[in-house]
Amino acid sequence: MKFFTQFGRYFLLLKKVFSKPEKPVIYYKQTLKEFVYLGLNSVGIIAIISFFMGAVITLQTAYNTENPIYPKYLIGLGCRDSMILEFSSTIAALILAGKVGSSIASEIGTMRVTEQIDALEIMGVNSASYLILPKMIATLLFNPILTLIAIIIGIFGGWIAGTLAGVITSENFIYGIQYAFIPYYIVYSLIKTVVFAFIITSVSAFQGYFVNGGSLEVGRASTKAVVYSSVLILLFNVILTQLLLS
Amino acid sequence: MIRVLNLYKSFNGKPVLENISVTFETGKTNLIIGRSGSGKTVLLKSIVGLHEIESGEIWYEDILFNKLDFAGKKKIRSEMGMLFQGSALFDSLTVEQNVLFPLDMFTYSSTEEKIERVNFCLKRVDIINANNLFPSELSGGMKKRVAIARAIALNPKYLFCDEPNSGLDPITAILIDALIKELTEEYSMTTIVNTHDMNSVMEIGEKIIFISDGIKCWEGNKNDILNSDCETLNDFVFANSLAKKLRTANK
Repeated sequence: MKFFTQFGRYFLLLKKVFSKPEKPVIYYKQTLKEFVYLGLNSVGIIAIISFFMGAVITLQTAYNTENPIYPKYLIGLGCRDSMILEFSSTIAALILAGKVGSSIASEIGTMRVTEQIDALEIMGVNSASYLILPKMIATLLFNPILTLIAIIIGIFGGWIAGTLAGVITSENFIYGIQYAFIPYYIVYSLIKTVVFAFIITSVSAFQGYFVNGGSLEVGRASTKAVVYSSVLILLFNVILTQLLLS
Repeated sequence: MIRVLNLYKSFNGKPVLENISVTFETGKTNLIIGRSGSGKTVLLKSIVGLHEIESGEIWYEDILFNKLDFAGKKKIRSEMGMLFQGSALFDSLTVEQNVLFPLDMFTYSSTEEKIERVNFCLKRVDIINANNLFPSELSGGMKKRVAIARAIALNPKYLFCDEPNSGLDPITAILIDALIKELTEEYSMTTIVNTHDMNSVMEIGEKIIFISDGIKCWEGNKNDILNSDCETLNDFVFANSLAKKLRTANK
């Protein structure tokens, strides 16, 4: 029963979020700020993790394809497809659920317990829309850019690791990443990213917006935001993969 | 003027406010007093619509506020200013941006005009040369002042203050009280202040209601309060030993 109550509250919150803004120019400015806080500030962690993930994928693929019947360029191809199909969207989304999701839940949750949300409501501001919509727009638009960055840096990491470790030549790796390339994989990855961005922002904002209590509850809401977002990301990963690749 | 009629509010089936009826007058500092947990804040938040009430009526002049839809409430709220217990300043904004916020959101004046209004409001509450400070850099008293400046930025008809003196030293508390009273008279606002501070009661209590366990036990003003027959009120008013001694000496 509690699940259905929460489900209903979640959709009612979304209804409030997508209602007409009081003054669009204010929301526009707020969205630009969120681009920096939630988007640009995540480039560093995504770049570092992508680089090492690409490197590890390359080394592991090389280790598993030592048999001479496998052409060496398969290592590059494996790195490319792993980065595009799974890492850049799903694993990056899980990382962002931790970083961005907890940040959103704790920011909004703190505003709730310190009555800042009440202050907005008293002024006649639609607090749900003002606080959540700019975050949602920023992540929906910026996370696909993060995905593209993750793909590029991941493949670059794979190339560096592969050539430095001597498991593949530069020519073979570059041939591998060009071999049998399917552009739709990028579209698939970007569609997943957009859905995951929506899950991260809306679920985390929901957890923060309905915090009741003090700092302890804000911490709990932040944890719940990460856990629920991650589970939903994994669930929707299966659903979207079946829908888009079958 | 704000009228509350037969207000009833409960949480999880437990009554918090029962059958509250009171009229808060324009141009006066109306006080809601009572012990911690008596229901003062719930009453104030119910009046401003932050809590939905189960039954009763809340009238702003001749408008039945609690039956309005979101848009209707929003219109009335544009005439409200509220000072929260913890000030509720926006952490990520500077003092200037905090006061500017309602002006940016609800007016179409030029930036110069808005900044001029911000500076006027800040000066009115004696905050000078602090425009670029963040709330975390302010003292408790300064935060309250900035919150008052933000509350009056749009010239509200109604001002609500939830425990304006909590966490302040007695001298700063008196200054905040005096400021609230001055602004109430200056702008002819209907002001409602929640407090359990007897200094405030004696300084600014033009109309006072006393709440105990969610029930209105007494109504009067600062002149009547020391001579009340209400035992619960007397227990509250003469709670500290100094007040008890004074009362005994007077008798």
